[in-house]
Amino acid sequence: MNRYRWNPYLVGALIGALSIVTFSLADKPIGMSTGVAQASGACAIPMLGADAVASNAYWSKKAIPKWDYGALFVAGTFLGALLSALVSKSFRLEFVPEVWRNQVGKSVTKRMIAAFIGGAVLLYGARLADGCTSGHGISGTMQLAVSGWTFFVVMFITGVLTTRLLYRSTSTH
Amino acid sequence: MTPILAFFSGDTLLWAGLLFGIVFGVLLHRGGVTDFNVIVRQFQFRDFTVLKVMFTAIVVGGVGVFILQGQELANLHIKPANMLAVIIGAGLFGIGMAIYGYCPGTGVAAVATGRVDALVGLAGMIVGGIGYALSYDWIAAKVLPVADLGKKRLPDLAPVPEWVWYVALVLMAVTVFRLVAKVEPKSYRD
Repeated sequence: MNRYRWNPYLVGALIGALSIVTFSLADKPIGMSTGVAQASGACAIPMLGADAVASNAYWSKKAIPKWDYGALFVAGTFLGALLSALVSKSFRLEFVPEVWRNQVGKSVTKRMIAAFIGGAVLLYGARLADGCTSGHGISGTMQLAVSGWTFFVVMFITGVLTTRLLYRSTSTH
Repeated sequence: MTPILAFFSGDTLLWAGLLFGIVFGVLLHRGGVTDFNVIVRQFQFRDFTVLKVMFTAIVVGGVGVFILQGQELANLHIKPANMLAVIIGAGLFGIGMAIYGYCPGTGVAAVATGRVDALVGLAGMIVGGIGYALSYDWIAAKVLPVADLGKKRLPDLAPVPEWVWYVALVLMAVTVFRLVAKVEPKSYRD
C-alpha cells in the first residue's frame, strides 16, 4: 500500500458526502463523461469546422462545448488529482503500468495503441449508455436507477471477461 | 420542485463545479483508484479497492440523498433506462476500461499524476466522443428508442416501500465488504 493512499472506505464515504453536497447545493449529480464529450466537441471544431459542430444534434443539445458546471467539474478533477499528486510527491512520469508490463508486454508502442483504442471504445460506450462509472456507477446506483444498476452489472461483466482474455494473470484464477 | 437548491447559480455555480471537481480529483487519487494496477486487479478479483470506494460512496450518498429528498431539500436525477443503449454502451465501456485501465474520471485524474498512457487514452476518448456525436442521428433513431423504460427506479419495479430498498442496499454493501475481507489477498489490503 502506497503511502499517499487513504483508507478506501473513508474515501468512498467522502465521495458519498460530496454527492450529498452537489445534489443539495448545486442540484447536480457527480458525472464525468458528458464533460469529456463536450471537450470532444471543442477538439472537433478545428477538424470539422465550427458550423459542423454547431449543427450536430449531439453537440448542440446534449454536450455543448462550453465551460459550464459539468465541464468545470472535469477540469477540477484534473486539478485536484494534480494537487494531490504534487503534495504527496507521487507525481511520476510513467509509460507502461506494472500490471500491463508483467501480464501483457513491455512494448511502449503497443501500450499506447491499446490505451488509445481502449479510451475510444470506453467513451463511445459511455455516451451510448449516457453515463460512466461516475454518472451511472455512483450517481445512478445511489438513486436506485434501473439504468445505473444495469450499467454497473454489464460493464463489470465485460470488464472481467476482457481482462481474462487480455492479461496473463499469474494467480491460479 | 425547487428546494434550497438555488444556493449556487450563475457564476457561483461554475465556481462550485470547479471546486467540487477538485475535491473529487483529490479523493480519486487518495483512494488509489487513479492507479491502473488497482483497477485491472479489481477485474481480476485480486484488489477490491474500487468496489470498496464505490459501494461506500453509493451507500452514504444514497441514504443521504434519499433523506434530503424526503425533506424536499434535493431532487433526484434519474437517467432514462433505454435498455438496448445502456446494455450495449455498458458492454463496450467494460471492454474499453479493461484495455485502457481507467474510466473517464480516473483517466483524467491519472493524466494529472503523470501517467502518459492515460493521456494517450484521453486522446482516444476525445475521438470516441467525436465518433458518438457523428453517429448520434442514427443512434437516436434506431437504438435509443429500443426497450426504453423511461426514468425508472428499482422501487418502480416492485411494490416494496422505498426504505426497504435502502435497507437492502446497506445490507448488500455490508455483505460484499465482509466477503471481500475474506477473499482479498493480504498484500493488497490496507
